[in-house]
Amino acid sequence: MSAKSPIKAIALSSAALAMGTACSAMASNGFSDDVVRIGVLTDMSGIYTDLSGEAAVEAVRMAVEDFGGEVGGVPIEVTYGDHRNRADTGASRAREWYDSEGVDMINDLSNSGVALAVAAVADERQRHAIVNSSSNIGLTNEYCSPYVTHYTYDAHSLAHGTGKSIVEDGGDTWFFLTVDFAFGVGLEEQVSEVVREAGGEVLGAARHPLNTTDFSSYALQAQASGAEIIGIASTGADAINAINALSEFGVSPDQRPAALLLWYDDIESLGLETAQGLLLTNAFYWDANEETREFSERFYERTGRMPNMAQAGNYSSTMHYLNAIEAAGSDDPDAVSKQMRELEINDFFAKGGHIRPNGRMVHDQYLWEVKAPDESEYDYDYLRLVTTIPGEEAFQPLEDSTCHLLDNDE
Amino acid sequence: MQLRYLTWPLLAVGLLALLAVPFFPQVVYIVFVMKALCFVLFACAFNLLLGHTGILSFGHAAFFGTGAYVTGHLVKTYGLPTELGILAGGLVAALLGAVIGALAIRRSGIYLAMITLAMSQLVFFFFLQAPFAGAEDGLQRIPRGTFLGVLDLNNDTALYYVVVGIVGGGLWVVWRTVNSPFGHVLRAIREHEPRAISLGYPVARYKVLVFSLSAGLSGIAGSLKAIIFQLAALYDVHWHTSGDVILMTLLGGMNTVFGPAVGAAIVAALNHYLDPFGAWVTVIIGVVFMACVLTFRQGVVGELSRLLNRRRIAPLRQPAGRRTRAHH
Repeated sequence: MSAKSPIKAIALSSAALAMGTACSAMASNGFSDDVVRIGVLTDMSGIYTDLSGEAAVEAVRMAVEDFGGEVGGVPIEVTYGDHRNRADTGASRAREWYDSEGVDMINDLSNSGVALAVAAVADERQRHAIVNSSSNIGLTNEYCSPYVTHYTYDAHSLAHGTGKSIVEDGGDTWFFLTVDFAFGVGLEEQVSEVVREAGGEVLGAARHPLNTTDFSSYALQAQASGAEIIGIASTGADAINAINALSEFGVSPDQRPAALLLWYDDIESLGLETAQGLLLTNAFYWDANEETREFSERFYERTGRMPNMAQAGNYSSTMHYLNAIEAAGSDDPDAVSKQMRELEINDFFAKGGHIRPNGRMVHDQYLWEVKAPDESEYDYDYLRLVTTIPGEEAFQPLEDSTCHLLDNDE
Repeated sequence: MQLRYLTWPLLAVGLLALLAVPFFPQVVYIVFVMKALCFVLFACAFNLLLGHTGILSFGHAAFFGTGAYVTGHLVKTYGLPTELGILAGGLVAALLGAVIGALAIRRSGIYLAMITLAMSQLVFFFFLQAPFAGAEDGLQRIPRGTFLGVLDLNNDTALYYVVVGIVGGGLWVVWRTVNSPFGHVLRAIREHEPRAISLGYPVARYKVLVFSLSAGLSGIAGSLKAIIFQLAALYDVHWHTSGDVILMTLLGGMNTVFGPAVGAAIVAALNHYLDPFGAWVTVIIGVVFMACVLTFRQGVVGELSRLLNRRRIAPLRQPAGRRTRAHH
């Protein structure tokens, strides 16, 4: 929680509540309660701590500092909270932030259950939420909102990134190792569709429960399937265990695992020896170009780690939000929402990125291949670019989105 | 029994404080109080079994979560009015409680706890796989609707008073049950089951009945939570929640009627106010629990009432104590 005098906080929050829940206590200069507050709602004690956690808070802080610490003459404050991967905890924290602590925007939102719940609160309270580290495509479909932005990646971009590129590259037959959860099953379905559309064939799937440690039987099924590509539709520890098992059981030379959501951090856990040759779709890699290196080295100095795509997205989206406030000359959620969807995003993270009316930030995605140990020349030198997937191809076509905001436009 | 004299004034003060909550948003956040109230009802309902009948159920999340999912699904998909949704959540949970209870009471002690745990895992798996429940994303965007067709529950203050009313009603049922002939039989079962049987009480039927009652009230607590947060999530049926309610009850004091309520409020407050400590929250809560278990064996309320009693009875008892010691 940010440092502020308790009396001021009480005065502010009572003022905010007295004025009702929507845009409260609008001062004459167009800024609610004379401060722009950004809340980072993330996982600080559970399975996603490594993927977002404190480093996500640090990324947002960096963006605020780089922006100059104030916008339109009012200071910017950063606060953070732990949703503990519980949708109700996340939703209640978000409600409290919006209602009584004057938070204008909530960022990060790892865990798709939490992200959906917070998006619902944001829509109801008419405040901003930016989702960076979960993949649920519902955020830009049935649950879309003018106040919700889905920034870094989603299930569609993962499926189309990895799936399509691999089939085009000749990987025609697929077998999936899927975590038996909405996320995994959804990803498997998305990729299967892409594979079939591209002329490939899905030979089958083995579903395993969350947090499986023994993948031997699944690895054998994958081997026996004879599929060229073994798609791993899980993430974090499950994906790591699955890849380890496949590597131990030695998939035959004409079989190749493809991770559908592998994080930069996971490669570190796996080690290049095991991970080499894996294909993965990520929106960002620290060593892609001069600009990404510049940001990542600063990030490394502060956190002791290289940023992954969610953390880079946290920084970029916060910047974009602040730019939109500056352009609007106000932190009024509607004005900011309009600016956010009008301004183009051009930074180290995205070139020519733009936000569609349904909240989807469209930017290029990249297919990477993990280097072999002897190809890695320096620390954190893990990935080689295979291909760039243009944003318009990577993300769901706008006409397929079921977002209610789109009907209004037509 | 000095605490008994304090009970009514304390309850009155507590009730007044609760009713005043919406007027002091700067002191405490209203949605947090609603969440705490759900757990208050849940813990008191759970204690009907643990404290008053001597049955340790390690699967109460099944009832809490079933209430939440049933209410959420009925209100969201079938447009059932909110109050009927909550009622249905309670009823389905009570029914489930009767079924699981009938199976579980065939054993006692640790075996009973294991059966309830196993059954609640089955329920967990059901909600993990059921297509309407949305797996790990949970059942999202449950409409709050109106209460009895007049009160708009999207207004937090209106919802708050409805929650206070329903939780108050639930707690009254618990209190009435404990202080009824039925409650006396339950205590007899707790203290000496064979004797209760020999006196001719149909013990099994009593146990199933109280199991079902406890499950029903837990279900209502879960239903309320689903309406307040507009979502039902897997955590509600997870065994962690079963563990949480045991901790709340032990922390508050299982030999009292409203001790678990205090325990629930403390746990909810710890979870809520320690948030700024980030990853340290779990460590801090763990240490607090250890300290409580080591120092207040009878829970906060139990220990408080013991202290009050001792101050009064001590002068009478001390000489007797000395005398016995002199004999040894």
